[in-house]
Formats: sequence, C-alpha cells, structure tokens
Amino acid sequence: MQEHYSAYNSPSFWIPNAILLLVLLLYLMAVVRQYQQGKSWSGWRTAGFCSGIALLILALWPPLMHYGHQNLEGHMIQHLLIGMLAPLGLVLAAPLTLVLRTLNPPTGRRLTAVLGSRPFHYVSHPLTALLLNIGGMYLLYLTPLYGAIQHHPYLHWVLHLHFLLAGYLFVWAIAGPDPAPRRPGLQLRSIVLFISAGAHAYLSKAMYAYEFPRNTHHSLEEIQAAAKLMYYGGDLAELLLAVAFFYTWYKAKERRSKTIQTAGVSVPQIFTGYTAK
Amino acid sequence: MQNCRQNNWRKRRFAYAKDFGCGTVLLENKPSPNHSRSLWVALLIGACLMAGIDEIVFHQLLAWHHFYDQSTPAIGLLSDGLLHAAELIGLVAGFFMYADLRRSHSLAPRRAWAGFFMGMGGFQIFDGIVDHKLLRVHQVRYGVDNLFIYDLLWNLGGLILLLIGVWLLVKARSATAPQQANT
Repeated sequence: MQEHYSAYNSPSFWIPNAILLLVLLLYLMAVVRQYQQGKSWSGWRTAGFCSGIALLILALWPPLMHYGHQNLEGHMIQHLLIGMLAPLGLVLAAPLTLVLRTLNPPTGRRLTAVLGSRPFHYVSHPLTALLLNIGGMYLLYLTPLYGAIQHHPYLHWVLHLHFLLAGYLFVWAIAGPDPAPRRPGLQLRSIVLFISAGAHAYLSKAMYAYEFPRNTHHSLEEIQAAAKLMYYGGDLAELLLAVAFFYTWYKAKERRSKTIQTAGVSVPQIFTGYTAK
Repeated sequence: MQNCRQNNWRKRRFAYAKDFGCGTVLLENKPSPNHSRSLWVALLIGACLMAGIDEIVFHQLLAWHHFYDQSTPAIGLLSDGLLHAAELIGLVAGFFMYADLRRSHSLAPRRAWAGFFMGMGGFQIFDGIVDHKLLRVHQVRYGVDNLFIYDLLWNLGGLILLLIGVWLLVKARSATAPQQANT
C-alpha cells in the first residue's frame, strides 16, 4: 500500500503536481500580461504565489508523503505546510485580483457579482471559515475519523484537499487582499483570529495531555511530539497571519489619513489658516 | 483657544494658534503626543513580551516549566490556550499600533516606557498568581523542595518591574504638568 504513495511515476504523484504547476504557469502568464499592458504588479505577490506552490509541492513530495502516512509527526508537517503556510503565500498573492484584471469586463462583472452575493458572503464569512478550518481539525483528531482515514488512501487526498481549501478560505477571510464588498470589519476579524489561535493551541495541548487521536498505531511519545510540533508550528503560522492582518490595518489607516489630508482644509505645513479679528 | 491636549487628532488640527496682534493665526497642529494611547500600546507590548520571554526562557531554554504536567485541569489548559493566542496577537497588534503612533508623531516616549514596565511587571504577577497558583497551569520549577521561594522571587520580580513603571509614570506626569499650565 505504501508503495502507492512513494512512487514518482504513480498518478497520485504527478496529477497533483501537474495541477499545481499549471496553476503557477497561469498566474505567471497573467502577471506577464499585466507588465505587457504597462500595469504594475507587486513582485512580492508573485513571490508569495511561487512560495505557496513550492510549499505544496514540498508537502506532496513522495518521501514526506510516505513519512506522513507512517508517522503522526510527518502528518503534522504536511498539515502545517498544506493548511497553514502555503495558503498564506497564495492568499497574499491576490490571485483573484489578478483574475479580475485579466478577464474581459463582462465576465469580470459577473465574477464581481458572485463575490458580492449573499451566499458567497456566508461561505466566506470569517466564522464559517473558522468552523471549517479549526472545527474540521477538532473533528479529525478527537473523533475516530483519523483512524478511519488511515485505512482509505483516497480519503487521504480528500483530507489534504480539505486542509488546503479550508486554510485558504480562513486566511482569505482574515487577511485577504482581494476585493470583497461584504467583508466584515477589522474588529470581528481580529476576534476570529484570536479564537482560532486559542482553539488551535488548546487542541494541540489537549492532544498532548489526553493522547488524541486514539485507536491508532501511533505511540504516546509520537503523539506528544506531533502535538508539540502542532503547537509551535501553529504559533508560527498564526504569527505570520497576525502580521498580515495588522499590516492591512496599518495600510488602511495610512490611506484614510491621506484622504483626509488631501480633502481637508490644511495643506501647507506651517501656515494653515487666518481669522481676522 | 482650544484645548491642546484633545485626543482626537482631527480636532487637534488647529490646536496650535498664535495671536500676532492683527488676528489669530492658526498653525498646523504641532504634533502633540497622545499620552494615554502611548501608555496603553506600550503596556500591551510589555505584557506580551514578558509572556514571550517566559515561553522562551523558562519553557525552552531552562526547561523549568512543563508543556503539560499531568496536574493541570482542563480549564487551565483552555485558559492557557486563549492566553497564548492573546499574547501572540497582542504582540503583533502592539508593534503595529506603536508604528502608527510613530508615523503620526504622537508617541509620548516617557509614557510609553512607563507603560512598557507596567505591562511587564503586571503580566509577571498575573502569571505568578493566576496561572501558577489558581489555575495551576504549571509551576515555576519542578522537583524542588522550596517552591515557595521560587514563587516569592517570581512575584517579587514582577512587583519591582511594576513599581518601576509606576515611578516612571509619576515622573512623566510631573514633567508634562507645567506645559499644561502654560498652554
């Protein structure tokens, strides 16, 4: 069974990698088109997308896949790469903005209508994303689900895909640079970020203390090592997400004060007004 | 003349005014420091930094504290998780708010130092009493007979930091008091 994962020529290796490289190629082509049209596109965003794809390819690298299926620590490394670090790079690369810029106006308008629609608002709400992301983790590790997945290879792929999509949705809902007309305010997003970080830290400590996931072939030491990795690795990811989130706040404040200054009364630095007696 | 110490910066636009005899000339707001915000932002940074120091020095380097010590109740684990999240996010939030104060030239350095020490000391005492004793998240050090001495030194250290902060605040207040009388 394990041969299945570790072979370089098996479809389970090349299909995901081919998809990832295709997506990267499309992104880069769109960026080149922006430059050809004389528009600017931040190099940081391009770098973010490349590193996101690179992290995903690393997570699907056959030896790591093999290790992840044998060992809970390996599984945690994969989980960290797929669900937390890679989405950060991908979301901050603003792929949706790039798509909107590349599409022809009618299609772009249709996409914007979808982004502004009520169902999309509910699905992409930070609370939904929190539930899918952290709630999914609680379900996976605290119930017999993790043990069940180990016996079904295709469920592993479903799990990886879930980690990626839920992680992407969460990062997008908290700190996404893409336009979203109904995006909730900074206060709610900061509270959700706090709950998420707290729930993640609690889950990893509870796994360490009460030996979750249960009924698996993993030893206690292995579970404890994996839980510690989850705790500190989660810290790193939450820290980076918090930096991205507060950076948007910092930039938004700068924009606001600039518009006030330009629209306001006082422009010269020293002499700003005069009232006769 | 308007009050020079109003916190809302938009209202402070024409705060710096001078009468040259022919009429009142309104000057661009002399960037006046935002005292209370400087204090609170630095207090947040201080508390979160102390929590980070605790995590790195006592958990990782000295390994005095335990990740989990078999005696922490479930509520202790939950509060530990939430506190950990708060310190992580608070540190980032604090630094960005500090950068924002610097950008708008409204940082009051003396208040900020006072707040920083008060935050450090306050968190140390909170950690020593609530986390270690009430919630029993973990102890200062394991396998020692004189745990009381460790607890005493821990909280005393916090108290000293807190008192330094209060002393700096008193000094900062007395330094700004005469200015207030002039304007």
